[in-house]
Amino acid sequence: MPNMSLKKNPMPAQEPEVRAHNFKEVALGYTAEQAIDEANRCLNCKNPVCVKGCPVNVPIPQFIKKVQEGDFEGAYQVISLTSSLPAVCGRVCPQETQCEAKCIRGIKGEPVGIGRLERFVADYHNEHATEAPVKPESNGHKVAVVGSGPAGLTCAGDLAKKGYDVTVFEAFHLAGGVLVYGIPEFRLPKAIVQKEVDTLKALGVKVETNMVIGKTVTIDELMEEFGFEAVFVGSGAGLPRFMRIPGESLRGVYSANEFLTRNNLMKAYKDNATTPILRAKKVAVVGGGNVAMDAARTALRLGADEVSIVYRRSLEELPARAEEVEHAMEEGIQFRLLNNPVEILGYNNPEDKRDPKNGTVVGMKCIKMELGEPDASGRRSPVEVPGSEFVMDVDCVIMSIGTSPNPLIKDTTAGLEVNRWGGIIVTEETGATTKPGVYAGGDAVTGAATVILAMGAGKTAAAAIDKQIMGE
Amino acid sequence: MYKILTMKALNPTVMQMEIESPLVARKAQPGQFIILRVDEDGERIPLTVAGTDAQRGAVKIIFQIVGATTYQLSLKNEGEYIQDFVGPLGKPTELEGLKKVAIVGGGVGCAIALPIAEKLHEMGCEVHSYVGFRNKDLVILEDEFSAASDKLIMMTDDGSYGRKGVVTLPLQEALEAGEAYDEVITIGPLIMMKFVVATTRPFGVKTTVSMNPIMIDGTGMCGGCRLTVGGKTKFACVDGPDFDGFEVDFDEAMSRGASYRDFEKHAYDEACNLFKKEVQ
Repeated sequence: MPNMSLKKNPMPAQEPEVRAHNFKEVALGYTAEQAIDEANRCLNCKNPVCVKGCPVNVPIPQFIKKVQEGDFEGAYQVISLTSSLPAVCGRVCPQETQCEAKCIRGIKGEPVGIGRLERFVADYHNEHATEAPVKPESNGHKVAVVGSGPAGLTCAGDLAKKGYDVTVFEAFHLAGGVLVYGIPEFRLPKAIVQKEVDTLKALGVKVETNMVIGKTVTIDELMEEFGFEAVFVGSGAGLPRFMRIPGESLRGVYSANEFLTRNNLMKAYKDNATTPILRAKKVAVVGGGNVAMDAARTALRLGADEVSIVYRRSLEELPARAEEVEHAMEEGIQFRLLNNPVEILGYNNPEDKRDPKNGTVVGMKCIKMELGEPDASGRRSPVEVPGSEFVMDVDCVIMSIGTSPNPLIKDTTAGLEVNRWGGIIVTEETGATTKPGVYAGGDAVTGAATVILAMGAGKTAAAAIDKQIMGE
Repeated sequence: MYKILTMKALNPTVMQMEIESPLVARKAQPGQFIILRVDEDGERIPLTVAGTDAQRGAVKIIFQIVGATTYQLSLKNEGEYIQDFVGPLGKPTELEGLKKVAIVGGGVGCAIALPIAEKLHEMGCEVHSYVGFRNKDLVILEDEFSAASDKLIMMTDDGSYGRKGVVTLPLQEALEAGEAYDEVITIGPLIMMKFVVATTRPFGVKTTVSMNPIMIDGTGMCGGCRLTVGGKTKFACVDGPDFDGFEVDFDEAMSRGASYRDFEKHAYDEACNLFKKEVQ
């Protein structure tokens, strides 16, 4: 008998007042009993619309059926057929706009907690699996993957399973891309990312760190000198955007990328850290995406007394995942909506030019906004309310308003065309770029998007690369 | 891991090292930089490439011991390894077509200026080098500069070697005397570069400065190395590190450079104390 409860099994989590002071994972995961109970809410539809909502087509009802039967390892094997990073996806996918948005149970009540079940299954496997994955027989063909984020890892995993000799090139000293430098430990423990990378290595994937493709070696060199038959570019989003308002170069103004990289990759939160980070008391994070939520919650955990999200539209338009917004609110992050910064104010002691406080942030001037008519994207565009300026008392501002594509690969790869805002142009069905043998996907193509979309693109390109090399 | 092939002290606080990295050695051009980490959990620091030997796969770096990381690096020995070494990053200095150039270097910045002087010299360009140090004990690379320059003017702040005074003094005199340089290329402390620019501006001589701001990834991701150049935000790691000196906001760069001064001082003291304890 299916479980006809209208509500999902709630996710066990650290209490807000506790977790606001540590970097441990917030969500604790289902127990086996909770997982089976939640799995029993699935109706095992004949026409599983949930799968259509998944960019990597995980056979959702099939894996949930295995959970119902208590065969958790079997469930993992089902997910593994199409997803190479289940423990990651179960944590960071925006399920509410993808698989769960399509779930029939969601019409009346809450959808099945597909993401929570995926996480449970992946964690179960990571904890209990003893057999190392079997390295497939080599087919002798070499493929290079640029970037070890979700797009690159997925592409590498799919190709390795088919027997390709895959090398992943990473610019940083550690593999994982945005999964290690961007997403904080409390949302995605780094040990989980490392485990996924290790699984790929066991499949025969080589990971070369400290390799900046476009600088250390170019794409042409990879293909001509190093003998790679195809290259997948998953180099991620690029340079952080700033607002071009006065004061953005004051000390205490960060891009979210810098703030998060210092904290996550360089472990600045640790007591004996070698990389510094400002331990600010009153922090404003400008922007409303997942990255903004991550930055705000990180600032709180670093010891801030007051952290605000400053966003120019209203709660309804916040692009962040609902769960992240909810978690942030529970932890006491303030949401100062319908506000837009116009200037960041700095300390200046006219008496003493050598005052060490000179040039530090002491406030942020904002203007109130109201929503006007919907724009081309269908979102109501914010309009300034004349004369409504006010000053927020802050000592740190984190800009989280998106990125513009990195020029390194475009500038050094003849024949690789980009669109007018710098994203690599690809054929959507294959990920093929304008340069023969070169494929691309993820944020390098789309601009800042989600982990799962990047994985979908990596998967698409892997299939196309296989076709190119093996012939139809 | 990357092997330390050679190392020697150039003066009491400046070290020269060659690191084995064939791919970087093959590619690096004057003006470009690398990022290294000494050990696991170490910080990433950018250092400008001071020379390469592609045959031996060696990349030369010269650094001053100013903080915990450079101090730890200085304690390494030949044949030992450092954790990470990545590059070459940034754009090479543009040298094409130059016929007569003034190179103005200050302190350890001279180490970065040298490969540029050498390359220009090799191209047949007339090179006048103005190099400055605080005192005689800190002078480095004099022979190398001498070999790469048609004219070498050595300055020390206290007059203990060469001529007494700052590098802008002879530069000003030369410009007033009608020396017509195609370009002035200056590398050194921010305050020195700021004054070099102030010296050359009235003469309208194109002046290129090499910026070395705080950096993390060095590949155009974090935005920590941003500078205001000509009123626009630029990133030293992908747009630079060379910029038109007339356009750079030096005061802002100096303020940003001091962001973590207290932290760095503390970390340096800690590292030194730790070392002293180990020695005892």
